Amino acid sequence: MSLLEIKNLSVTFDTASGPFRAVDGVDVSVDSREILSIVGESGSGKSVSMLALMGLLPDTATVTADVMRFDGQDLLTMSKRAKRTVIGREIAMIFQEPMSSLNPCFTVEFQISEMLRKHTDLDRSARRKRAIELMEAVGIPSPEKRLGTFPHQLSGGMSQRVMIAMATSCRPKLLIADEPTTALDVTIQAQILDLLKDLCAENNMALVLITHDMGVVAQMADRVQVQYAGQKVEEQDVNPLFADPHHPYTAALLSALPERATARGHLPSIRGVVPGQFDRPPGCLFEPRCSFSVDSCRRGAERQGPDLGYALCNRPLINGVPADEKVEA
Amino acid sequence: MSDLLKATGLTKHYEVKKGLFGDPDIVKALNGVSFSLEPGKTLAVVGESGCGKSTLARLVTMIEEPTDGELIIDGRPAKPGDKHMRQTIQIVFQNPYGSLNPRQKIGTILEEPLKINLPDDAKTRRRKAEEMMERVGLRPEHYDRYPHMFSGGQRQRIAIARALMLNPKILVLDEPVSALDLSIQAQVLNLLIDLQQEFGLAYMFISHDLSVVKHIADDVMVMYLGRAIEKGSGDKAFGDPRHPYTQALMSATPIADPNQRRQRVKLEGELPSPLNIPSGCAFHPRCPIAEPFCSQEKPELREVEGRLVSCHLA
Repeated sequence: MSLLEIKNLSVTFDTASGPFRAVDGVDVSVDSREILSIVGESGSGKSVSMLALMGLLPDTATVTADVMRFDGQDLLTMSKRAKRTVIGREIAMIFQEPMSSLNPCFTVEFQISEMLRKHTDLDRSARRKRAIELMEAVGIPSPEKRLGTFPHQLSGGMSQRVMIAMATSCRPKLLIADEPTTALDVTIQAQILDLLKDLCAENNMALVLITHDMGVVAQMADRVQVQYAGQKVEEQDVNPLFADPHHPYTAALLSALPERATARGHLPSIRGVVPGQFDRPPGCLFEPRCSFSVDSCRRGAERQGPDLGYALCNRPLINGVPADEKVEA
Repeated sequence: MSDLLKATGLTKHYEVKKGLFGDPDIVKALNGVSFSLEPGKTLAVVGESGCGKSTLARLVTMIEEPTDGELIIDGRPAKPGDKHMRQTIQIVFQNPYGSLNPRQKIGTILEEPLKINLPDDAKTRRRKAEEMMERVGLRPEHYDRYPHMFSGGQRQRIAIARALMLNPKILVLDEPVSALDLSIQAQVLNLLIDLQQEFGLAYMFISHDLSVVKHIADDVMVMYLGRAIEKGSGDKAFGDPRHPYTQALMSATPIADPNQRRQRVKLEGELPSPLNIPSGCAFHPRCPIAEPFCSQEKPELREVEGRLVSCHLA
């Protein structure tokens, strides 16, 4: 049984110009100890779907789902009070901007032990000891000295380490990392990614890694879910996804990577832009930008089976060629 | 071939006030960087935050004056007041959301450089603006729109168009694609490649994204704490990096191929503050192969197999 199971999750925001559906029928499932990566460009709903799970969306958002289950507990019917013992303790989250997600008014020690105070019954000195342990575990040098520092005294990498220490303080079963390294330099990014991987292995923790960087995905993930304009368009294990993407969007995204280009000169690019609130196409959302689209794509897209990566596409690709063309040939 | 731009020993120090009576601290943002740009070629400047890349961009575009060093553009020494010189060198900034005035229409944004620098009348200005819009892939009806009506990729096109309005010879691109989504990034890079071929522009391409740099650069300069530590052609610097920092930087960049997990050169710790640069080789506290004498002697740039490296052990 999977650790986290979400079926048909939709999030709609009430905006001044009418409702906007940011997440549209997305399924997510994470097994324990698994690293799932959710990839997509801005506006693909990758962060919003996880924020909806954590209950961190503003009041203007309406969240609906058929199933939202974590570790055998139904999060949809659970009372708010009961939910608070799960969120934060069993499911923790870290964010993109480590500098702005820490409270500038409190010391590092206060912020790490705040988690422990809420979720455990450790006493003051035990909390302090655990905070030092946690800071050691995330690779902060001389943790005793750092306990009293304020967030502005820390660099970006160090702040993200503090965030990770806070998130892992109650040994969560699932950690959600929302673009954890986007604001960091590459050498620091490599350190943080290694740290996350080690923590997962040590604590038997599952990780949902939200990112837009295909390199990070290739390096970290076991399984990958690709999102586009609020929909899940493909889901595969990491090796087959990079070897043989089935959805045209995934394929185009991968070939637009500069490092995959064979020679200097032009990169294969995807024409147009991601549809916004008012210019959503009626059928398949990727149809106007797709180089394989046919008439039926303007009416809608069909969900393919597991052998084609659950691709939301009428003409899924096999080795870069649409499946139906192969039959004809 | 004659160099379009030649910088020798560019240095920039900033003073940081420390209290009312204390002596000011000195931030050594840039310490003696030399390089040159040729028409039609791209020099990529690579490094982590705090290495002085953006300071370099500000000096080259004459937004700030160097503390020391010489900058020769198009055969003449650069002076911040020189109007002609400003026309030869232009800059595109990282964040297209912040670099366009939200109260100006696209037409006004594009015509402003002409208005200030050239004697053109309104009609000529409009014609030039429309030509340039077509060239960068904007439609004529965009002339009367405001920046907020555009997506990130289109805004970056507008910023590039504005930079090209005065027919510059050199374009400084300060992280031009790092704020853009992957599918848009490819479009903008393609546009930059086309424009370079068409106008024979020299690019100084500042970036931290090595896969982008690898694709677009002819020459690469890797910087660390205000110094160039490796300089050479793109193939050499990427194919066979010699400085341990370049090696670490390359190996830290994730590759988009799950089957290829590379052996990492691990770097300990973080970039030291430019207020307090380590003695000797500035990289020695983080260097995996440092010897004791590295902390005393400062390595100069020297030639190693067709590129310049500043390392005692390379």
